[in-house]
Amino acid sequence: MLRWATPVLLALLLVTTLLGLAVALLPAFGFFPAVGGTGFTLAHWQELAQVPGLGHSIRVSLLAGLVTPAISLATVFLFLASASGSVLDSWIRRLVSPVLAIPHAAAAFGLAFLIAPSGFLFRLVSPTLSGWERPPDLLIVNDTWGISMIVGLIVKEVPFLLLMCLAALPQIAPADRVRLARSLGYRPTVAWLKVVAPALYPLIRLPLLAIIAFSSATVDVALILGPTLPPTLSVMLLDWFNDPDLQQRFLAGAAAVLQLGLSLIVIGCWLLAERMVRGIYRRWIVSGNRRGGHRVLSTGGRIGLPAVVAIMLVSLLVLMINSFSGLWQFPHTLPGDWTLQAWVRVLPGLAEPLANTLVIAVLATGCSLLLVVGSLEYDFRQKKKSGLARWVLYIPLVIPQVVFLFGLVVFTESMQWQPGLVLVICAHVLLVIPYTYLTLADPYRRLDPRWLHTAATLGASPASAFRRVRLPLLLGPLLTSAAVGVAISVSLFLPTQLAGAGRVNTITTEAVALASGGNASIIAVWALLQALLPMLVFVLALAAPVIVWRHRKGMQAFR
Amino acid sequence: MAADSAGHGVATLLLAGCLAAFGLRAEPDPTDWSAVLDEARQQTVYFAAWAGEARINDYLAWVADEVEDHFQVDLQHVKLADTAMGVSRILAEKQAGNTSDGTVDLLWVNGENFAALKENGLLYGPWSEQLPNFSLVNANRYPEMREDFTVAVDGLESPWLRAQLIFYYDSAIVSTPPRSIRQLLAWAQQHPGEFTYPRPPDFLGTTLLKQAALELSDRTAPFYSPVGESNFAEVTRPLWNYLDQLHPHLLRKGRYFPVNGAQLRRLMADGDTALAFSFSPGEAVTAIANRELPPTVRSYVLDSGTLSNASFLAIPFNSRSKAGAMVVSNFLLSPRAQARAAQPDQMASFTVLDLDLLAPADRALFNGEDRHAAAPSAEGLSRKLQEPHPSWVPALERAWLQRYSGR
Repeated sequence: MLRWATPVLLALLLVTTLLGLAVALLPAFGFFPAVGGTGFTLAHWQELAQVPGLGHSIRVSLLAGLVTPAISLATVFLFLASASGSVLDSWIRRLVSPVLAIPHAAAAFGLAFLIAPSGFLFRLVSPTLSGWERPPDLLIVNDTWGISMIVGLIVKEVPFLLLMCLAALPQIAPADRVRLARSLGYRPTVAWLKVVAPALYPLIRLPLLAIIAFSSATVDVALILGPTLPPTLSVMLLDWFNDPDLQQRFLAGAAAVLQLGLSLIVIGCWLLAERMVRGIYRRWIVSGNRRGGHRVLSTGGRIGLPAVVAIMLVSLLVLMINSFSGLWQFPHTLPGDWTLQAWVRVLPGLAEPLANTLVIAVLATGCSLLLVVGSLEYDFRQKKKSGLARWVLYIPLVIPQVVFLFGLVVFTESMQWQPGLVLVICAHVLLVIPYTYLTLADPYRRLDPRWLHTAATLGASPASAFRRVRLPLLLGPLLTSAAVGVAISVSLFLPTQLAGAGRVNTITTEAVALASGGNASIIAVWALLQALLPMLVFVLALAAPVIVWRHRKGMQAFR
Repeated sequence: MAADSAGHGVATLLLAGCLAAFGLRAEPDPTDWSAVLDEARQQTVYFAAWAGEARINDYLAWVADEVEDHFQVDLQHVKLADTAMGVSRILAEKQAGNTSDGTVDLLWVNGENFAALKENGLLYGPWSEQLPNFSLVNANRYPEMREDFTVAVDGLESPWLRAQLIFYYDSAIVSTPPRSIRQLLAWAQQHPGEFTYPRPPDFLGTTLLKQAALELSDRTAPFYSPVGESNFAEVTRPLWNYLDQLHPHLLRKGRYFPVNGAQLRRLMADGDTALAFSFSPGEAVTAIANRELPPTVRSYVLDSGTLSNASFLAIPFNSRSKAGAMVVSNFLLSPRAQARAAQPDQMASFTVLDLDLLAPADRALFNGEDRHAAAPSAEGLSRKLQEPHPSWVPALERAWLQRYSGR
């Protein structure tokens, strides 16, 4: 049984994605029989090259793809370096997962409500301090260079990266390393950066690449916070894709190939930069400098990450206020008119989308975890280093979703498979697997094999060692991985919409459909609901090991 | 005679069975309405409709209850963020060779979406003029019910709602709003940053371009023929000159444009702008009722009239529940459904029915309330401009992006 897990994973990730990609990319080169394209042509590439503002879109995508991971990485590493073991650290650790669980769209809405010229921050200082009776005419949200979009991405990616780091850290015994370095006279922050960071980086490299791919091709954050004139390439692609002029599909196909190329280029740039930084970093490590820059580094670390968490929490608070507000005109800091109207309108229709969301998330995450654990366990027993090439995991994350999903829908239809819940769950499994694999693989592989050897010498079969030793020891990572899976599944919009033919309503499809509407209170209600569900799951995932192991002091390291 | 008709019935059944076995179903015949009602019973109708406004979704939920009670039709609202997604879906099905098992049974559509569907043979029909309630539309008096952006409807879609471009402003901030496109420029110069418009290709933004092009041109005839038949650069030169002058005085100096009409409304709700416009005449009324806009908002129609059109319901070629879709369309054309849609706390939309043709009791349904202070005057709404040929939409959008995107 176990040996089927890896082939099934491979088939799911590789075959379906590439199949969808192939079907969807044919239009880029002129093949699209439904609209009369039957020959090979490069005309659509010439057309794409002439799209106004394309150059700027590309620059914004590149910028977002490089700046987001760089700042996220710096923020997380500096925080871990300066705050590990402190009270701040334990607070942030508690907050990070629920914050991570907030879907991108909800976070972006919250941020927009916060930083817009008519937003909460400006209301706080108006009119008393600023003198503004009307919102100032400033281009903050949707700015030309995508700065607010990058902020939105960073706010969302920092918790993700921190969680990945926290999951990987126990494997490299950071406290011991820092203690050793400190005994040689290194200041704590410098010590962490010199002895822990180089060992940690390889463990979180793949999540970083996922962040790069996501940032350079994001659709939902770009729609809410990104530039509009021109929008990012990913948004233009979606527009052409949905254009009623069916000839635009050819252009969308070409743009999809370009988007794919862009994401790959950004990843290439990152890998190149990695080499350069590695040389400089190594020189700094061996320089023997024990305290240089300590103050700056540790101050930065103690400000950056808490600021991110604070932005998220205040955004949530603003969403909350908005969901209960009636008319809330500038410059009033709080609404003068409180009402349950938005909640009353949303709640009666909540049962069906909520049930769908839960069923899809639980089943998709369950299937993904079974496959991932099966594959990892098989590798372990066969003493393989890695049976599943890691780049395979990145295929569904690097290829823009909109591209391969459209192809897949065409394919499933030609097979006469009815769109509906089952197909939606399959599509979700495809996108949940990479994240569950990424969150689980390292803790799984790095679990000290001597535990299992000991079990074997005591006569336990591999299956019983797995059940009685590995699963309990990995309870924390397993639950974290499941919670990540649920959070991803809840936040997915395009797969639900396309594979369900729009018939499978979830909280996210409802939220995004209404996002094009203008009622801020209703948007706030749906964004909150969308955020609440995965947050609850995360809280459960974090609480469970604490409760289960409350009588086992020795298990604290594994919580 | 009885045996005869029984034999006939058996033959029909057999034939129907054979057709079903080969995947071919007899299409419903709307002239035989009781047969359509019979066939529609127990059918599920997937109605793909733009769902960006909670009030529309609430109204459709009411419709679903009604058609379930009266016709045993199970109506499911497939909520679209963009009508074009419904079009994509139908196209994908055609590409995959799905000709009888479509996932959309009814689509809310007009303009270039309709033109694209019709041109690609993705629609079922003709059927709409045979609906029992179609006569209430009085298409002979209102020929716009047979034309969708100058493209002949040909019975492929049934009228549902009327729309007209209206402007609205906050009377607490603005005392004299501009009454024409030319005045708008002067007004914007005096009130910098108080106006903006959705970025084409959003349909509302494109509507403003069309309105401006029609008002600024000496000759409007070219706009009512396909764009290829006139000199585009020359015909639209006044429009681009105008926009070049207008943009520096828009919100964010024209470096940012909202994505759609709802965002345009939110900018006014947030106090960023003081003047906006909509294609739904009841926009300001419902927004005030929903406590989105202050009660001081007023709406009006430009002095020389504004663009007006109807939106329609179409049945895709591969729908599985065509009879059910017809029953729903006919219900939406009924005086009761139209009157409810017209109520200010519902959609505040304008009916496509000719009130003169209704029975007095039905007509009374529409006279329930006085005009809301925020609604445009009936006299204003009588000043209508017809939609240009749909080929102008992509041409204007492309030219706009060419000029203003990436600057």
